[in-house]
Amino acid sequence: MLRSSQPLTGPNRKRCREDEMLLGTVLDEGERGFIIDTRSAQAAKQARMMGGGTEPKSAYLQWKRLHRPLERGRLLQESFIKLVEACNDTSINMDRWLSRLESCRWLSHVKAALSTACLAAQCMDREEASVLVHGAEGTDTTLLVTALAQVILDPSCRTLMGFQGLLEREWVEAGHPFHLRCARSAYSHARLKQEAPLFLLFLDCVWQLSRQFPFSLEFSERLLLTLFDNAYASAYGTFLCNNEKERRVRGQGRAQPSWCLCKVKENTHSLWAWLNQPGEKKKYLNPLYSHNALVIWPSVEPQSIQLWQGLFFRWIRSSQYLDEAWAEIQRLAGGS
Amino acid sequence: VENVRLLDRLSSRKAALGTLYLTATHVIFVENGSETRKETWVLHSQISSVEKQATTATGCPLLIRCKNFQVIQLVIPQERDCHDVYISLIRLARPVKYEELYCFSFNPKLDKEEREQGWKLVNLNEEYNRMGVPNNYWQISDVNRDYGVCDSYPTEVYVPKSATAHIIVGSSKFRSRRRFPALSYYCKDNNASICRSSQPLSGFSARCLEDEQMLQAIRKANPGSDFLYVVDTRPKLNAMANRAAGKGYENEDNYSNIKFQFIGIENIHVMRNSLQKMLEVCELKSPSMSDFLWGLENSGWLKHIKAIMDAGIFIAKAVAEEGVSVLVHCSDGWDRTAQVCSVASLLLDPYYRTMKGFMVLIEKDWVSFGHKFNHRYGNLDGDPKEISPVIDQFIECVWQLMEQFPCAFEFNERFLIHIQHHIYSCQFGNFLCNSQKERRELKIQERTYSLWAHLWKHRADYLNPLYRSDHSQTQGTLRPQMAPCNFLYKFWSGMYNRFEKGLHPRQSVTDYLMAVKEESQQLEEELEVLRERLANLQKSQLNDNKVKSKQDDRSKHLGLSTSNNSLANTPQEYSNDLKSFPSRSPSQGDEEDSALILTQDNLKSSDPDLSANSDQESGVEDLSCRSPSGGGCLPSEDSGKDSDEAVFLAA
Repeated sequence: MLRSSQPLTGPNRKRCREDEMLLGTVLDEGERGFIIDTRSAQAAKQARMMGGGTEPKSAYLQWKRLHRPLERGRLLQESFIKLVEACNDTSINMDRWLSRLESCRWLSHVKAALSTACLAAQCMDREEASVLVHGAEGTDTTLLVTALAQVILDPSCRTLMGFQGLLEREWVEAGHPFHLRCARSAYSHARLKQEAPLFLLFLDCVWQLSRQFPFSLEFSERLLLTLFDNAYASAYGTFLCNNEKERRVRGQGRAQPSWCLCKVKENTHSLWAWLNQPGEKKKYLNPLYSHNALVIWPSVEPQSIQLWQGLFFRWIRSSQYLDEAWAEIQRLAGGS
Repeated sequence: VENVRLLDRLSSRKAALGTLYLTATHVIFVENGSETRKETWVLHSQISSVEKQATTATGCPLLIRCKNFQVIQLVIPQERDCHDVYISLIRLARPVKYEELYCFSFNPKLDKEEREQGWKLVNLNEEYNRMGVPNNYWQISDVNRDYGVCDSYPTEVYVPKSATAHIIVGSSKFRSRRRFPALSYYCKDNNASICRSSQPLSGFSARCLEDEQMLQAIRKANPGSDFLYVVDTRPKLNAMANRAAGKGYENEDNYSNIKFQFIGIENIHVMRNSLQKMLEVCELKSPSMSDFLWGLENSGWLKHIKAIMDAGIFIAKAVAEEGVSVLVHCSDGWDRTAQVCSVASLLLDPYYRTMKGFMVLIEKDWVSFGHKFNHRYGNLDGDPKEISPVIDQFIECVWQLMEQFPCAFEFNERFLIHIQHHIYSCQFGNFLCNSQKERRELKIQERTYSLWAHLWKHRADYLNPLYRSDHSQTQGTLRPQMAPCNFLYKFWSGMYNRFEKGLHPRQSVTDYLMAVKEESQQLEEELEVLRERLANLQKSQLNDNKVKSKQDDRSKHLGLSTSNNSLANTPQEYSNDLKSFPSRSPSQGDEEDSALILTQDNLKSSDPDLSANSDQESGVEDLSCRSPSGGGCLPSEDSGKDSDEAVFLAA
């Protein structure tokens, strides 16, 4: 599985020898590959006017392009804000709750993300074909798809360590702009242009997987909530800045915000180091975990996708009874 | 009929080809297959509707919809055969006489004494005693001993001490269907009670002294409170409309010291339509999230569930927190009243959250008090307007509560699903007819078997591993959060999509934990035995040997194999509308489905109803449970590459 950003085909349908060769080296003679473009066909076409575009069929003969539009940016943030508002709204009665939930569209985004990740996984596992995933920038929906596909496909990504490695690789090092995307969250009126909850969407999808495959993830919901918290505000440097470059570059010049921490590795502590301490670690483990060597294929039917109550109602209603149940599960299965 | 195809509604994988059989009691589809003859059995009683669809090139499609929400899509090659099957099924699904029902021919190979014992398992007299009646305030009345006062009530009812036979009879004449106020639940902690009845025949201004005395008697039976709640579970408009027909509701001016309350729950016709709409949503092919949520909201189903629950909560609060007695009624006092009284009882009394207690609750508030099982669930062919999912709604309320309070119930979801299944299956005699009177006339207990005995025998399958009788959740009253709690009501896909395997987790946490618990217990017992032996050894050997005591080793390795992961699941169709390269050669069959054949082994821990030697109800059920200690395991999948065809890319 490969990821990139959009090719800069532009309105004049430029070609790039090197790019074609690079993709060519991935496939053997006679092999086929799939390009999953996370923009709609129309959006991808329009991107050409701004210098971007799609891989022209004639130049990438062995690759078949599939469009799976995934929401991102302002619209995704709006969806998130609406959902949080709906959850907080004590005046809605049962008559209107589901349509209100629907109007937020958040669950539709979860369904779409899972479906696309499953598609990528299917290409690889069932069709034994290579896959290239990209959207526009390659920093948002692209990473959502590649990271999720790996959780689906690869049992090692479902271990606690493996999952951390996945996050480090597919989100942090891959350059998801955390600083821009996880700025103010849903309550803020600021409505920053660059803010969007892609990472939360990813965590939600992982939560859906944990619900459908309760034995297959080594970590529990608590880890996902902790990651969500730390993406927005953290005592650790792991999610700081927008990319590796920013995490290394000295603060002077380069139009970096002056308060953007530099030399993150020297000046901050790692979230992973803290999480992995034996005392901490056990809080994040799933007592039902048992290594599942197989691919886990989730159902993306609407009935199978649920609202992540542990996150969206976290502060709104007591989880006492569910916590007690979880404690009981740990007592029974936790291998006292 | 041969060469019939059974389609899988969710996935367009190849349909199974086989032979269709019609017997006196079942429809059976047997798949042609080399080693595995997968069978799908459906009881005629379960058939809700049969639909013949337009003939296509491939054959004549027939859609069978069941009361337990199974949907079977068949394609019969010849139109003539299809028509025959259709006509037969219509007739078979609409029996005219009780004797046609399966319970009269079902033979679980028990002797007469065992059959009797089975019926005695649930004893309502014992239950009322457990509650604390008869006592100074309540007595048993036999005024209805020959069903002379009310033919839909049981022969024995509990009434306040001060309610004489004269008052009872007088009150019964003033109540719809003569269903006079009688005790449903008594709270011995504070003497508050829940009583139930039907609507008074008050019209606009009619009064009845005896009925007013009856309510007074109920109030007086609770010295701790100076008033009585009267809860009418109908929407106010409906109740008012009933007044024009000479019925209606209690006027606070006429009845001393009552506080009247409407808690609007819609009627059986609204509920029937609501379910219908929800099932239509379930039948959508590849619905979007929008389609689903809109459809679900449009059906109003969850709203109705919440209404019933809210009514139960109100009553439970009145009894537990205010110490006030409540009289509940709707129109005829056998639908909404039953729902609401049983929900309230469940909230109030932890006994009803045990397996035995739940059976008792249904026996008390539904069976003995004359809920019209035959009319509502169509044992016999009858008026379609009487059909309504009343008890289904109650059962769902219980499930919703189980989701909110996972440690509070001794039984699990499967218990509820099987009860619902058997209410419609008519395999056992508990839920036949419309009243105790009718059942006695038909001598049900001598001619059929009790479901409760059957479930009790298999109770190990129905236990909730998280239940502990000493847990805080299981003590006292359950207090569900009232508002804001819209989001707490979930769509019960385990019931309404019961037979759609792809929708459910392949791994059952319940079954795994139950197995862990059992194995723990076994090991504990072994440990005890060893300890005793050790103690004896030590005694007998005196000072001769130094015996190291064994470590209290609650080791993690309980010897449970994790074969719960060994079932590969298959990808559903993640995208339908793509053209692509032709996919790899499709497999000739589903390896993973072969694991779901109903063999003797894998049945014992999943659905005990479907024992292969006696009577299979329906096939391919929730076999998501495993016996983790390795016994009776389904054949494991060794590799991740099961040879399913790649379905995601349409050719």
